[in-house]
Amino acid sequence: MRITVHVDGTTYTDDVEPRLLLVHYLREKLGKVGTVIGCDTSNCGACTVHLNGHSVKSCSVLAVQADGAEVTTIEGIARDGKLHPVQQAFHDNHALQCGFCTPGMIMQSIDLLADHPDPDESEIRHGIEGNLCRCTGYQNIVRAVRQAADQMRPGAGPDAERIDARTQQPVGGE
Amino acid sequence: MTATAESGQEVGRARLRKEDARLITGRTRYTDNLSLNGMLHMALVRSPVAHATITNIDTSAARSMSGVLAVWTGADLADEQGSLPCAWVVTPDMKAPPAPSLATDTVHFAGEAVAVVIARTAYEAADAAAVVDVDYSELPVVLDMPAAVADGADLVHPDLGTNISAVWAFDSGEAGTGGDVDEAIAGAEVLIERTYRQQRLVPAFMEPRSVLVDPTGEQYTMWSATQIPHILRLMLALTLGVPEHKVRVIAPDVGGGFGGKLQVTPEEVVTFLAARRLGKPVKYTESRTESVQSAHHGRDQIQKLTLAARRDGTVTGLKVELLADMGAYLRLITPGVPLLGAFMYNSIYKFPAYKFVCTNVFTNKTPTDAYRGAGRPEATFAIERLMDELACELDMDPMAVRERNWIKHEEFPFSTVCGLVYDSGNYEAATSKAMEMFGYDALRAEQARRRAENDPVQLGIGISTFTEMCGIAPSRVLGALNFGSGGWEHAAIRMLPSGKVEVVTGSSAHGQGHETAWSQIVADQLGVPFEDVEVLHGDTQSAPKGMDTYGSRSLTVGAIAVVKATEKVIGKAKTVAAHLLECAESDLDFANGSFTVRGTETSTTIQDVALAVFMSHNLPDGFEPSLDSDATYDPENFSFPHGTHLCATEVDTETGRVRIRSYVCVDDIGKVVNPLIADGQVHGGLAQGIAQALFEEAVHDEAGTLTTATFADYLLPSAVDLPTFVTDRTETPATTNPLGVKGVGEAGTIASTPAVVNAIVDAVRHLGVSDIEMPCSPQRVWRAIQAASNGGAE
Repeated sequence: MRITVHVDGTTYTDDVEPRLLLVHYLREKLGKVGTVIGCDTSNCGACTVHLNGHSVKSCSVLAVQADGAEVTTIEGIARDGKLHPVQQAFHDNHALQCGFCTPGMIMQSIDLLADHPDPDESEIRHGIEGNLCRCTGYQNIVRAVRQAADQMRPGAGPDAERIDARTQQPVGGE
Repeated sequence: MTATAESGQEVGRARLRKEDARLITGRTRYTDNLSLNGMLHMALVRSPVAHATITNIDTSAARSMSGVLAVWTGADLADEQGSLPCAWVVTPDMKAPPAPSLATDTVHFAGEAVAVVIARTAYEAADAAAVVDVDYSELPVVLDMPAAVADGADLVHPDLGTNISAVWAFDSGEAGTGGDVDEAIAGAEVLIERTYRQQRLVPAFMEPRSVLVDPTGEQYTMWSATQIPHILRLMLALTLGVPEHKVRVIAPDVGGGFGGKLQVTPEEVVTFLAARRLGKPVKYTESRTESVQSAHHGRDQIQKLTLAARRDGTVTGLKVELLADMGAYLRLITPGVPLLGAFMYNSIYKFPAYKFVCTNVFTNKTPTDAYRGAGRPEATFAIERLMDELACELDMDPMAVRERNWIKHEEFPFSTVCGLVYDSGNYEAATSKAMEMFGYDALRAEQARRRAENDPVQLGIGISTFTEMCGIAPSRVLGALNFGSGGWEHAAIRMLPSGKVEVVTGSSAHGQGHETAWSQIVADQLGVPFEDVEVLHGDTQSAPKGMDTYGSRSLTVGAIAVVKATEKVIGKAKTVAAHLLECAESDLDFANGSFTVRGTETSTTIQDVALAVFMSHNLPDGFEPSLDSDATYDPENFSFPHGTHLCATEVDTETGRVRIRSYVCVDDIGKVVNPLIADGQVHGGLAQGIAQALFEEAVHDEAGTLTTATFADYLLPSAVDLPTFVTDRTETPATTNPLGVKGVGEAGTIASTPAVVNAIVDAVRHLGVSDIEMPCSPQRVWRAIQAASNGGAE
């Protein structure tokens, strides 16, 4: 099947097998290996990306389902060499060790902050419940998400990362 | 004088990590992210049954599918694959079965690989693997350890004639390190006899194992998600007969290990053979289900314990009789894992007599091997549960019982009943700090109130005071234990002409932050900026020597080698500096990167010296024109971090649900290089130890099928399952290394499991409960309460 997908601000048209998973499309066809695969039952969340501005586990989406959609990965959220506030907060709070869950965890945290711009600890913990980390015990991840909330204007979540494919400028948000 | 770590400004600083920059942007080099031109993909066919004879394998359908280059069975590879290595022959008569990477005629656990498919794409390889038709003739399965060691048991490996691999014992009376434990038991005023089960766990690193082998070029290059690139290289050479110098192993970014990647795996061997046969790069990446089924498991021991004591709470002896499940094969250090615990059952206490007997047992399950703590969590759990039971028996406060028995700070160095010498420690300081932060007395008062009110939610307090032996470590001690390797570590320093520094370390990080911590240490030692230091590791070409990463050894062994190498660099630089400044070496002071003629302002920097050495126009006669130096460090002793962990749980007696209300720990890991990284290690360790207490268990059904083979069934804790930890430290420097460091990787995991279980039992002990088997699920807790209220019969 022929699909056209906008990924991190670039448009791609490809013929793909109907069964191809979005995460495999990103990794194998587009070389977007920053998004990783941690399980085969959509429990771990390592492969989380944004599909039209909302987080999805890209192992549970077919590439053909992303036809016409806008996909943002961990590789597409820094702007002009400046880290996304959530990326910066993960660094500032030592919210990662081996880093394997980190792309998914960051993408999920951005989604969480879009829904809850001012989350308390319980809301943060529930918001990232679908993303597993084996290194950190989550403590510094929770701190990082809270710091990011303090630094981001409310509503600056997924909208801030959506890029108009023509102008290369953010569609909305900050 | 060389600069010392104590005088530096980087060590002790909460430096943000260098390695984050690539990890938070997706600029990562995990093995599965790597691709080579012409690369082929591999899929494995695995046995769905736990014990069977392979009667036929039909590969014809798979072989004829699109894109399939090869399909091989174990029989096809039998002449090449050798036997997977076991490097720890714990007794001279240890029984070790052949361990083929692909089973040749018999499978011994569900998930064992029986055939391999090589294809153009991963999808094509998986499709073809699905149609390889294997006929199995099932054999009796051996799953239960007590049954496995009974007379007339079915056998996992009939050729061995027994399911017992080895029996290893330590007796303090025989060793001359203590008294006779049987005399202590005979004369005991109080005996505590308990049996505890350490359930089987899955290390569950987040990055599935992946391996890529490139056979083009003069060397075979293997990228692998491994903790042990150097050991792997040697073991591949020994296993496959390929000359060691023809193999290069690279551990690129590695997504966690926790002991689970301390292995030489069938997947690595088969990928190597496939690439060698086809002359093309081959990659294999396991699915999570394959990982949980076939990557080695941890724990799985049954501990029969007898503690002898006087009525004043003084322990007079401890006897440990252990059954340890090896699984179906002996992997790299499978038989030695219980031994790593053998020297820790006495923990921080002054037991006069001790005996440990371990029986290593084969079953038709996934092989076990190291998992975070490896032996020491099991030992700590046993003794800390027993101390609570002793306190209950004597109606004493559980902390008071511990204090009566522990080594006092003025008694260090202390020779233990196991013959180890603890160099330093201060259990009183860590405990008093933890008790104050925890609010011990207030919680005890609340507990009494809830009991009096018959509150459906009861409060429990759990204590775990612990120590561990880290470093894995003095080579001669490892030799005495018949461990098939030394315990040294290697480092090298390269001074670049521009004054920048490359640090080569044999210890290879997979999340621990070596790049940052080693940079801090070297910055202090050489007086160069933190940013000017680059740390190279995990590639046998750039870091040619190493013993790799496990056992909390990186800082206590690996970083000391780095310090020793910097001292040699400074020594050489001083000779050149004296020549350039026209003074005697003895007139020079070295501090903050500068050599200064004492009493003057005449100086030169180490960077200037590096450039002068590069130019070599004006060097002392006979001076070899290089500052580069390396060092190999073999520690004199293990290091012994310790700590006091306190846990408060609320147990809903009507549902069995457990909630951790607070968790406080004070760890003493000696000098801290980077408190941010140290805290992170403790957090993650706590999470894994708490998960053993509450959530995780690898469960097999009666046919030997692993029923928890996915993350949907094997319960890794999520963010909502864990509390916010309160962590702090005391600092009693190790006296056995120049940095005073002790290691931190395993502390949280070792200490936390008994703290949580003690807290749960404490919450419901007044209802008649004295033990709950792990993991303490709501169902198990509820059943224990029901059984107690029904008079003890569950």
